[in-house]
Amino acid sequence: MKNRFLSLWGWPIVLGLLTAIGLVSALFSDGGFGDQLSGVCLGIVTAVGLWFSFRR
Amino acid sequence: MQSHTIKTWAWVHKWSSLVCTVFMLLLCLTGLPLIFHHEIGHLLGTEVEAPEMPAGTPHASLDQVLDVARAQYPERIVQFVSKSDETDDIWYVTMTPTPANTDDFRTVVVDARTAELLPLQPRFDEGFMWIMFKLHVDLFAGLPGKLFLGFMGLLLLVAIVSGVVLYAPFMRKLDFGTVRRERTARVKWLDLHNLLGIVTLVWLFVVGATGMINTWTDLVIKYWQHDQLSSVLAPYQGQPTLAQAQRAPLQQSLDAAMQQVPGSKLSFIAFPGTSYSSPHHNTVFLRGDEPLTSKLLHPVLVDAKTSAVTAAPAIPWYLTALLVSQPLHFGDYGGRAMQIIWALLDIASIFVLGTGLYLWLKKGRTAARPQELHGDAKTIAREATP
Repeated sequence: MKNRFLSLWGWPIVLGLLTAIGLVSALFSDGGFGDQLSGVCLGIVTAVGLWFSFRR
Repeated sequence: MQSHTIKTWAWVHKWSSLVCTVFMLLLCLTGLPLIFHHEIGHLLGTEVEAPEMPAGTPHASLDQVLDVARAQYPERIVQFVSKSDETDDIWYVTMTPTPANTDDFRTVVVDARTAELLPLQPRFDEGFMWIMFKLHVDLFAGLPGKLFLGFMGLLLLVAIVSGVVLYAPFMRKLDFGTVRRERTARVKWLDLHNLLGIVTLVWLFVVGATGMINTWTDLVIKYWQHDQLSSVLAPYQGQPTLAQAQRAPLQQSLDAAMQQVPGSKLSFIAFPGTSYSSPHHNTVFLRGDEPLTSKLLHPVLVDAKTSAVTAAPAIPWYLTALLVSQPLHFGDYGGRAMQIIWALLDIASIFVLGTGLYLWLKKGRTAARPQELHGDAKTIAREATP
């Protein structure tokens, strides 16, 4: 049961958390660490979308 | 999930999506250039820059700046003066026929140090970016247009939530990110719709929700004035808008406000009788100098006749929510990387909307009858997609 839940929702939850961290962290930064963390987190989300969209 | 439950959610997803899709496509398309409005401004030559001068060059009096602006448009009045986030050396003076809200405005750009007109005087109320902005904000229909788009935003949120509910029955037997390219075009586009929908889920929900909140700005400001400022302004009740001749120099209002909130920067000043002020006050909106506080505003109401501070009320939670919503919608607070990611996620959202529309158009009359629902992903897909 647990594995079924994780196999279905694992990725979406991780992507959602990364997006949330990315959106919030840059609010507390002005060109510093928060902006870099935001870029990495949102970059991973975007890269995952691109990867699976174009994977043959 | 029970088949009738899936059908209910599918119905909600279908209709909430269908009603808002065309408008959401418009918002995603017009939002794309708006993400890069500074860069496009440079390309189009509308981005103003102050000439180089030694650091610490003193600033001219704000009243001198206003005189220069008024000389440009003697038949107009000043509604706002503002500073950009990027530099302290430029004043933007917004001039309109009357203090009422209007799209008929001219912006005079003045050097804050010399009180001279800058060589470039761009028109912000015409051209490609203005059309993009107006289509994005109110469809050229003022407050009703804003509220309409806000309602479309609400439908988008309903579509997102119902889409998440439907994600489970669709993806039960598929690995994350599966795109069945070998199957029919419809199945391939369905898988892409689900993939990009779940990838952009939180981002699109936040951008949609903050966009919806932004459409309520005018109403929230009105409510704030009624809710928080009525008691402060009671002594001024019933008096007409203070005539220009009776107003003290504006620089005094600015100085008084800056002393009230030390360490702050100016965002803009709303003149007496305008929507962001009272008939008797210069309302000076200051912002903090920390990353987060720079997005929040401190209003200071300065009596335009005496230059005495009447009130500097703390902003209530709903104004804070509105102000924090703005960067979360614009994506302008995390540097160039964030702008590019914003654009990519915007394009991904266009795909989600486009594939959703395609799936509905291709559905034709093939909707299964309830007894045909076996619970396998393929049938549910046929049944539940918009």
